[in-house]
Amino acid sequence: MADLSTNFLGIKSPNPFWLASAPPTDKQYNVERAFEAGWGGVVWKTLGEEGPPVVNVNGPRYGAIWGPDRRLMGLNNIELITDRDLEVNLREIEAVKKKWPDRAMIVSIMVPCEEDPWQKILKRVEETGADGVELNFGCPHGMSERGMGSAVGQVPEYIEMVARWCKKHSSMPVIVKLTPNITDVRFPARAAKAGGADAVSLINTISSIVSVDLDSFSPSPSIDGKGSHGGYCGPAVKPIALNMVAEIARDPQTAGLPISGIGGISTWRDAAEYIALGCGTVQVCTAAMTYGFKIVQEMTEGLSNYMDEKGFATIEDFRGLAVPNVTDWQYLNLNYVTKARIDQDLCIKCGRCHIACEDTSHQAITHMKDGVRHFEVIDEECVGCNLCVNVCPVDDCITMETISGTDPRTGKPIDPNYGNWTEHPNNPMARADAAD
Amino acid sequence: MTGTSKPGIQAARLPADRLTDNFTDLHAPLTKHEAFIEADRCYFCYDAPCINACPTGIDIPMFIRQISADNPNGAAKTIFNENIMGGMCARVCPTETLCEQACVREAAEGKPVKIGLLQRYATDHLMETTSAHPYTREAETGKHVAVVGAGPAGLSCAHRLAMKGHTVTVFEAKEKSGGLNEFGIAAYKTTEDFAQDEVAFILDIGGITIENGKALGRDIMLDQLARDFDAVFLGFGLPDVNALGLSGEDAKGCEDAVDYIARLRQTDDLASLPVGRNIVVIGGGMTAIDIATQTKLLGAETVTICYRRGPEQMNASPYEQDVARTHGVTIRHWLQPQSLRHGEDGSVSAITLEYTSLDGGKLTGTGETLTLEADQVFKAIGQSPEDSPLSGVDLSLERGRIKVGDDRKSSHTKIWAGGDCIHGGEDLTVAAVEDGKVAAEDIHRALMA
Repeated sequence: MADLSTNFLGIKSPNPFWLASAPPTDKQYNVERAFEAGWGGVVWKTLGEEGPPVVNVNGPRYGAIWGPDRRLMGLNNIELITDRDLEVNLREIEAVKKKWPDRAMIVSIMVPCEEDPWQKILKRVEETGADGVELNFGCPHGMSERGMGSAVGQVPEYIEMVARWCKKHSSMPVIVKLTPNITDVRFPARAAKAGGADAVSLINTISSIVSVDLDSFSPSPSIDGKGSHGGYCGPAVKPIALNMVAEIARDPQTAGLPISGIGGISTWRDAAEYIALGCGTVQVCTAAMTYGFKIVQEMTEGLSNYMDEKGFATIEDFRGLAVPNVTDWQYLNLNYVTKARIDQDLCIKCGRCHIACEDTSHQAITHMKDGVRHFEVIDEECVGCNLCVNVCPVDDCITMETISGTDPRTGKPIDPNYGNWTEHPNNPMARADAAD
Repeated sequence: MTGTSKPGIQAARLPADRLTDNFTDLHAPLTKHEAFIEADRCYFCYDAPCINACPTGIDIPMFIRQISADNPNGAAKTIFNENIMGGMCARVCPTETLCEQACVREAAEGKPVKIGLLQRYATDHLMETTSAHPYTREAETGKHVAVVGAGPAGLSCAHRLAMKGHTVTVFEAKEKSGGLNEFGIAAYKTTEDFAQDEVAFILDIGGITIENGKALGRDIMLDQLARDFDAVFLGFGLPDVNALGLSGEDAKGCEDAVDYIARLRQTDDLASLPVGRNIVVIGGGMTAIDIATQTKLLGAETVTICYRRGPEQMNASPYEQDVARTHGVTIRHWLQPQSLRHGEDGSVSAITLEYTSLDGGKLTGTGETLTLEADQVFKAIGQSPEDSPLSGVDLSLERGRIKVGDDRKSSHTKIWAGGDCIHGGEDLTVAAVEDGKVAAEDIHRALMA
């Protein structure tokens, strides 16, 4: 059995699966149920400053997109930070941590962008015995209009400033949670590091309108005929999150900065992909909100099974293995030539590969041969784009084959050596270099 | 309940609630959610094989995609564009030998997309939720076309002609329109008077008048129609039922399946239908399956279909045979009727059948026989044309049926024909609808030339 335990910034948990700061971690009852189910840790739902708590809408808080069988693909919410009394939350955090000492207890916090409120809340959190804090610089709705959440996360200077305050006023590990609602995620990550933050977690939710009601013409969820953008999460956002994680993991300025990965993690495989891109832990919310806490048992079992099969004894054994393989386009090997291959025994003759290629790409797949419905790749036209593979409904029916010798499309010999754009004769920069 | 059923031919073999249960929809319609899931299974194939397998050429992937996009009325319009009886065809088409057999998922996993049920979902939705007819007529052409027969072929032709702006008069021998949709289809395939709803839906386009009780050769004459109208479409079906050619065939208990099915379809009270305890059905087509299954559902103790050839030669599809077997019907092959036995009161008591074999393509009796007890014997061995209604006009016939070309035009310059009365017809509602549509297009071309 692989060892799933993690040590993230000195915070230990029996497995890398934490529940993200969100409705499932808003109170003792839920969190204890999560720990009973097997979750390795939680990030307690964001606490605000002392005083009357925030107020949520009393109409619907969630919108969603679904597959045809109503499988939830993406979830959007307009819920704010905790609307429970600060003292109640702190008491419960302390009680849970005492009762479950082996689980990670991180507390998410968000207070106005001044040093004093941060100092105050950090002191209170530290008194609970919590393992660390996560700074919520990501929430894209409601709180951002009050100068908090993503309003901070979108200004690297603020991130650096607040992170520095937190390190100054607390001995707890500090995780900065990043918003994806920016143009280049490396800048806020660099700012977090510069401010002394111990780690980043990402992504928070993406600003979104999930749908428009075509009878009432209100965005949904509709609150008395009006809607507001919400934060989008769930399986649909995973590709966006993976890229942002990879950008930070391979940025020389932030390389090695611990990352807690968040975004659409629903199965062990999703988690393993985040870990391969360098994440030390992963955080889950939507999948738990869709199916309940029991899903963690599939995740731990599946991850353990994968690690056993691959011979990875610990998470560290494969963490970050994909990072060196993420590169810029210009370094991709242009001498790597592939052609699509259609397995005629598996082909069910739906013709989707043909029409996709014919209408939208390179006219490289037949639909007829000797008067019979037949789908076959025309190597002279195939650029190896892989579109046919992606639209084919049959597993492994179309595969990409690497070829050598002469490319039938160009009629030119394929250079067996690696060669990229930076040195390609068509690259004006390369031509200029050659002229020098 | 008792362990044995009454001998002879008896009404009300089953309590009323059981009968009602037995004759509800064979396949429950899809709910909206079920339709979404099923529609998601469609791959939207290029040059989709299902379209080519549909006799009316419905753009099946498009209508399924419209269902997926929550546009069921648009889907219905896609269907009606090619087949105005898409609602009935969704219920009665042997989809397992047509579109669903061609579905690539049939090849892939043996589970085709349920095209028939999706078609029903869309067409029912339009017919139940909209009152306006989906088509408007083109400007009146001043041309007047006679259609003989208000069955699938005739009504399909009439609708397409009306759409093109022609005026249509339909002559129907029976007092009720619909043809085999009304009188011939098994009751559990078309419940709740759907056939009449569909007739009303078709007539909603306007420009069509139906004259019921007008039989060709009795009340109207073909030569007269050809003189009085700009064109004539014949779609009167096959009126005569083939005889077994056995002595005593007119005895009580020896019945014509087509007539019995018609009575069953028209009755308000299924318990009033007398049905035998032991039933033998002679035939191998859809009518044999329909009469066998329905008499079993009416409470017959044993129902046996006897067909003179093997399972592969049966006109009824393997799927239809399965439906019958599931309902408790026994299907026996290689048996041909030899003689009827009669009881003291003169009614049928048993039937003796001779085993057959194929000998170099020729079917011969082996001399060995089998006798089955039967208080009811149903003849379901096909309908044959009567030629008398065609007298007075020179029409080319082939084995008693009207010869037509690809455009469904007969040898007469003003007469087109389709459905069961033409040679080469497929004996399917959907094929009749296509005949009517193709003929209407050709009539339109001819009239506007």
